[in-house]
Amino acid sequence: MPDLGLEVLWRGKNFVRLLGGLWVALRISLIAAGISVVAGILLGIAASRKRSVSSVILRIWLGIIHIMPQMVLLFLMYFGTTRAFGWNLSGETAAIIVFSLWGAAEMGDLVRGAVSSIPVIQRESAEALGLKPFQVYRWIILPQAVRRLLPLSINLITRMIKTTSLVTLIGVVEILKVAQQIIEANRKASPNAAFGVFLTIFVMYYLACRPLSLAAKKLEKHWR
Amino acid sequence: MAETILSISHLTKRFDDQTILEDLSLEVREGEVVVIVGSSGCGKSTLLRCINALEDIQGGEIRLRGELIRYGSKNLPEMRRKVGMVFQNYELFPHLTVLENILLAPVKAQKRSREEVREEALTLLDRVGLKEKAGSYPRQLSGGQKQRVAIVRALCMHPEILLFDEVTAALDPEMVREVLDVIVSLADQGKTMLIVTHEMSFARAVADRIILLEDRNILEESDPETFFTAPKTEQAKKFLQSFEFNRKNKAEA
Repeated sequence: MPDLGLEVLWRGKNFVRLLGGLWVALRISLIAAGISVVAGILLGIAASRKRSVSSVILRIWLGIIHIMPQMVLLFLMYFGTTRAFGWNLSGETAAIIVFSLWGAAEMGDLVRGAVSSIPVIQRESAEALGLKPFQVYRWIILPQAVRRLLPLSINLITRMIKTTSLVTLIGVVEILKVAQQIIEANRKASPNAAFGVFLTIFVMYYLACRPLSLAAKKLEKHWR
Repeated sequence: MAETILSISHLTKRFDDQTILEDLSLEVREGEVVVIVGSSGCGKSTLLRCINALEDIQGGEIRLRGELIRYGSKNLPEMRRKVGMVFQNYELFPHLTVLENILLAPVKAQKRSREEVREEALTLLDRVGLKEKAGSYPRQLSGGQKQRVAIVRALCMHPEILLFDEVTAALDPEMVREVLDVIVSLADQGKTMLIVTHEMSFARAVADRIILLEDRNILEESDPETFFTAPKTEQAKKFLQSFEFNRKNKAEA
């Protein structure tokens, strides 16, 4: 059996440090996901009215986010603003801002799509029963929209978790950065550490994302 | 003569520059069953949609027991609770069970007690033969069953008047009967109804008055016997002939 370099994990606090790195990554993506969901719902409902100002803003915003690699946004927010405006953002704050901008735009688009995919006559049918506009949203439109929305938004959150691997490039010590530090520090003692450490990260990402995508699949089936 | 429930006067409805209904007036009295017929696209459904203000109108007014029903007015939800509407494609709420579909508006909009409405809903469901479907979801029902649920949902609001918009047009022929039977029994109970339909034998049986809508307005209005046996206008004759089939060479052979 080849040396997989797994023994390095048990040296010192290496494994705990890796878990700490994972936590940083999850913290960034979960905070950003929280902000994105709230902002996205408000933005999406506003944008679901055709030809509204908010729908134009959302479209432009989404257009920019779509063509820009997340890395460029991260560099712009972290290095760019320091130079141009003298802001002193920490890497993690910059990452959360960028991820929220990205997430809110995508979430907004998902909500807009879900709300406007509910047929107009469903709304009319509820109105014809004498429900007030707010009640129509609360009892008819939103519950149906959420059912279409949930699998897609969980997918967005898993993509966010995966994309946190980029924030190491703006100096955030997340799981990948910790991994490099461990590998560097143990270069002599465990020359094969790279394999073992990255394999561990692979498993950790899997364990973090898999429950979410399983839940999405289950809900999709349940609500079909 | 019974009291007038619904009064439409000089109603005009336009979509952009296309006029659908022009200067149309119509009164429906308490307990009366009025059937509206006419060729497709003559504005029958639009007329019904105007009555509970799902459409804005460009002229005239609609009153229910003297109270104005106006598009965009503040008391519109309140007025709509007095008008029961059944749509061509049922429009049940797919995420709610049959019972929840029926209870939603009486409980949330009319603020009635859940228990009381539930009891009434189950009684009505039983009457249309669907009591055991109370816990089912709409997707588990046939078209005819869905439409009967939609009728019960409208009835549970205790509306002053019921509007039926081609409620059997989307149904398979064998399911048409079960829905029409329900409507006929409602007529026997003295409900006030305005019905748009293409089922002529049903129209003849259920109607107190038949209205032929053509060219943006009421063209002919009479009791069903007169309408079907001695139509006054050429268009009415033509319209009725469109439901008959004749083979020219059959009699000669």
